[in-house]
Amino acid sequence: MTGWFPTMWLQGFCVAGFLAAATASVAETLQIDTALIRAQRSRETVSILDRPAEDDAIAGARLAALDNNTTGRFIDQAFTIEDHLLAPGEDAASIVAALAARKIFLVLVDLPAAGLVGLADAARKAGVTLFNIGAPDDELREEQCRADVVHVAPSRAMFADALAQYLVWKQWKRWFLIKGSHEADEKLAEAYRRAARKFGAKIVEERTYEDLGGGRRSDSGSVQTQRLVPTLTQNAPAYDVLLAADESEVFANYLPFRTYDARPVAGSAGLEPKSWDGSHEQWGAVQLQNRFFALVRRPMSERDYNAWVALRMIGEAATRTRSNDPKTIVAYMKAPDFSVAAFKGQKLTLRPWNLQLRQPILLGDGRMIVSVSPQEGFLHQTSALDTLGLDRPETRCKLD
Amino acid sequence: MQARLIVSLAAALALWGLAAPLPAAAFTAYVSNEKGNSVSVIDTETMAVTKTVPVGARPRGIVLDRDGDRLFVCAGDDNRVEILDTKTLEVTGTLPSGPDPELLVLGPDGRTLYVANENDNMVTAIDIDTKKIIGEIPVGVEPEGMTLSPDGKVLVNTSETTNMAHLIDTATRKIVANILVDARPRAAQHLPDGSKLWVTAEVGGTVSVIDTATNTVEDKIGFSVPGLAAEAIQPVGLRFTADGKRAFVALGPANRVAVIDTATKRIEKYLLVGQRVWQLAFTPDGKYLYTTNGVSNDVSVIDVARLKVVKSIPVGFFPWGIAIAPR
Repeated sequence: MTGWFPTMWLQGFCVAGFLAAATASVAETLQIDTALIRAQRSRETVSILDRPAEDDAIAGARLAALDNNTTGRFIDQAFTIEDHLLAPGEDAASIVAALAARKIFLVLVDLPAAGLVGLADAARKAGVTLFNIGAPDDELREEQCRADVVHVAPSRAMFADALAQYLVWKQWKRWFLIKGSHEADEKLAEAYRRAARKFGAKIVEERTYEDLGGGRRSDSGSVQTQRLVPTLTQNAPAYDVLLAADESEVFANYLPFRTYDARPVAGSAGLEPKSWDGSHEQWGAVQLQNRFFALVRRPMSERDYNAWVALRMIGEAATRTRSNDPKTIVAYMKAPDFSVAAFKGQKLTLRPWNLQLRQPILLGDGRMIVSVSPQEGFLHQTSALDTLGLDRPETRCKLD
Repeated sequence: MQARLIVSLAAALALWGLAAPLPAAAFTAYVSNEKGNSVSVIDTETMAVTKTVPVGARPRGIVLDRDGDRLFVCAGDDNRVEILDTKTLEVTGTLPSGPDPELLVLGPDGRTLYVANENDNMVTAIDIDTKKIIGEIPVGVEPEGMTLSPDGKVLVNTSETTNMAHLIDTATRKIVANILVDARPRAAQHLPDGSKLWVTAEVGGTVSVIDTATNTVEDKIGFSVPGLAAEAIQPVGLRFTADGKRAFVALGPANRVAVIDTATKRIEKYLLVGQRVWQLAFTPDGKYLYTTNGVSNDVSVIDVARLKVVKSIPVGFFPWGIAIAPR
């Protein structure tokens, strides 16, 4: 009897205490709501292995939301991500406005450059910060840069420089460049020309592969390409590596093993510079790959990874500031001390002059990671990562 | 009488020690080789590998039981902990561990093994006698570092992507505090007097010093090595000398171990060791510190009194964890 009463009292107290704590924690949970606006990428790829998944990009963001929420439960923060897959002709600007009306001010975007530019004014008007996870265009980070657009995806110049450093390190300095006939291909080719000048390589020959339309694949594909590619690549001056600038995914994957001369292929096929690859394992990356596979049962694509990083940046800033105020979160991200860990062996930080995320670039052959740039020996006064892409002294960006 | 004899013997040894470095005593060091799927056994007297024992897939964290009879090996890709008999050097059994066990620590009762499940955001408690899981503690994303306070009351787990040190009451197995540190916290250790908890942050490049009375970060130690990019300095393994006066911090791809005066938190010296230095362990007499060097596939031996690297011992592929038995 003497033992009973205090126990009861204690139990009652504990229940009351627990309820009080639960109520308090519900009241204090900070909600951080985000969204992704994306367009379905072309499924017309040279290899069917490269066809983008239907949940490409959003799956990565969802994993980041789960990761953020695991952290969030210790500090009463909850993260959500909303998916907006644009229907053909749908206006992304009105979606941004609608999101802002619902107090969603942090928005990931996987759209081509024109789509992103078309969105930017509406976003600014609505007070929305955009995270570019798909467009590699250097102009977006240069002439068209904006104080409210953060570039998580690497730029073409970063990709080209990353590959160039490796080729130069290999002493494969004579390049035979074949570019596609679309505008994006020419921009990529220009990034390679610039990289050649920057790192002391030489483009000994340049040719264009005209896209004559039609399907990428046919049942007789290998028979024809086996005959076509040698013709396309013969009579070139002596070269070390064939570089393909084919962002439009029209021909590059036809090149390896079919060239006139026995030479390796790099760029848009063969050895490719990428922000992520399903085969990357180093620096704990296998953990992220495993988590992603457990969630969606497919390898993680570059867009998935970029989306994951963008939402982790938001999570990191929200955790450190203990805030769900988008202005506070973005301001923290832009401050010099901000960094995010993202399985690339070192911290990723934002370039203050154009809000491009500094990051190592993976060089993969589709099966394995061959190397990771920046390469040893390419030095920089502030960060070796700034040997990739346009550096502060050459930037044309004026943030506003 | 006997006590005095021992004291004078110790004094004689100490004097002799001034003249020449003591010969290394015969302990046994165990090194897990992450990609070799093996454990290298090192005789610390000869500083040479005596045997390489095949174990499960992706062995990383290893820990000895109190008597040094059993070595527990996290076989991450096999999702289990293997028990290696240190006398026969054979795997005699396994423990259920939950998915992807990475690092582990033996509880204050000498019987409960706490394992960080990297893929599962969980710390699993296993009874090593009954070989049963007796508890699970949800923690942050990618749980990694594991340590126990000197009084055995607080278990610490670090979570690499959540960037926290989770403090767990070993009596209730409940989290009592979550302390935010810098990016990718890898290892945690208490000062021998329990007053501070140090946590290394691999990507953040710092060591957080936490006051255990208030559970707050009171200081952060940064590193700088002339000629090395800041990004290459990645603090991982961490050990204190028994008197708590010095800390040794492995700096990963900086290929160095930092020696820190714990009172002033000043870095006394950077010792050049093998490539991508990872985990650290003292010999039980405190005279030598062994480091696993993941990329150069070797173990460096540091003479603790002279602060000199005296030996490099080739081991298996990607040496990761290390434990040294008093025998």
